[in-house]
Amino acid sequence: MYELVLPQLGEGIDKATVAVWHVQCGDTITDQDDIVEVVSDKATFNIPAGASGQVREICASQGDEVAVGQVLARIAQAENS
Amino acid sequence: MRTCDLGLIDFIEAYRLQKDCVRKVGEGGTETVFLCEHPVVVTQGRSTQPGHLLASDAELRKRKIPVITIDRGGDVTLHAPGQLVVYPIIDLRSRGRDLKVYINLLEQTAINFLNDLGIAAQRNPGYTGVWVEDRKIASLGIGVSKWIAYHGIAINININLERFSLIRPCGLDVQMTSVYDRRGPEIGMDEAKSLFLTHLLRIFK
Repeated sequence: MYELVLPQLGEGIDKATVAVWHVQCGDTITDQDDIVEVVSDKATFNIPAGASGQVREICASQGDEVAVGQVLARIAQAENS
Repeated sequence: MRTCDLGLIDFIEAYRLQKDCVRKVGEGGTETVFLCEHPVVVTQGRSTQPGHLLASDAELRKRKIPVITIDRGGDVTLHAPGQLVVYPIIDLRSRGRDLKVYINLLEQTAINFLNDLGIAAQRNPGYTGVWVEDRKIASLGIGVSKWIAYHGIAINININLERFSLIRPCGLDVQMTSVYDRRGPEIGMDEAKSLFLTHLLRIFK
């Protein structure tokens, strides 16, 4: 199972707020698909899936504040990804 | 880096051009800076809070001012003719992958541009944007997809500042100012575009 985490967004940025999910559980995605948009101060940042497969779990809701490194979603990877 | 003056362009049309360019830059295309003005429009970024749009729906309809929610950071702002809107489509993969550094560079570009016009512009600690004393002269909000930045910065040149009474700009109880407010009519939009580009290309070379 692949865990998508909030990546480093810049020095001094240790958290962000979930703004928009572009997918829902059960969706099939590719590693390059932007699956969630987060907001930090004056920037929105779209996070790509990082793995191809099926979204199994969404771990943060719209409006939640998440820390860098915190798991945002779990993706069951396709066998040949 | 390519530059493209879009003139007076509808906000959504400019947004579509940006998104198309984001895709191309992501695939290795040339970074591009769009410069433009928009017909009057209120835009709401992802951090917009209830109550920051002060005008009623009826007043906005009467004044034919659309309100658009858009995928940029920041709160509510207003665009109108006389405001220079700059959309740099920039590849942050080769510039350190740091949102704070990028925003800082955009602010510095505006500060250098305004200082060059003899306007004492500066940052205001804790408040993103560019200020002259206690008034705001430039607002920022960006979006990033696959580390390609879009949206950008809006600098008040000779915009009618009265329209900002329709909103709480950037969610703040703040008065806006402009180049015209500080320097009178001698600096027009064409000169502003040219000078701003000079400073931007110097910082983002």
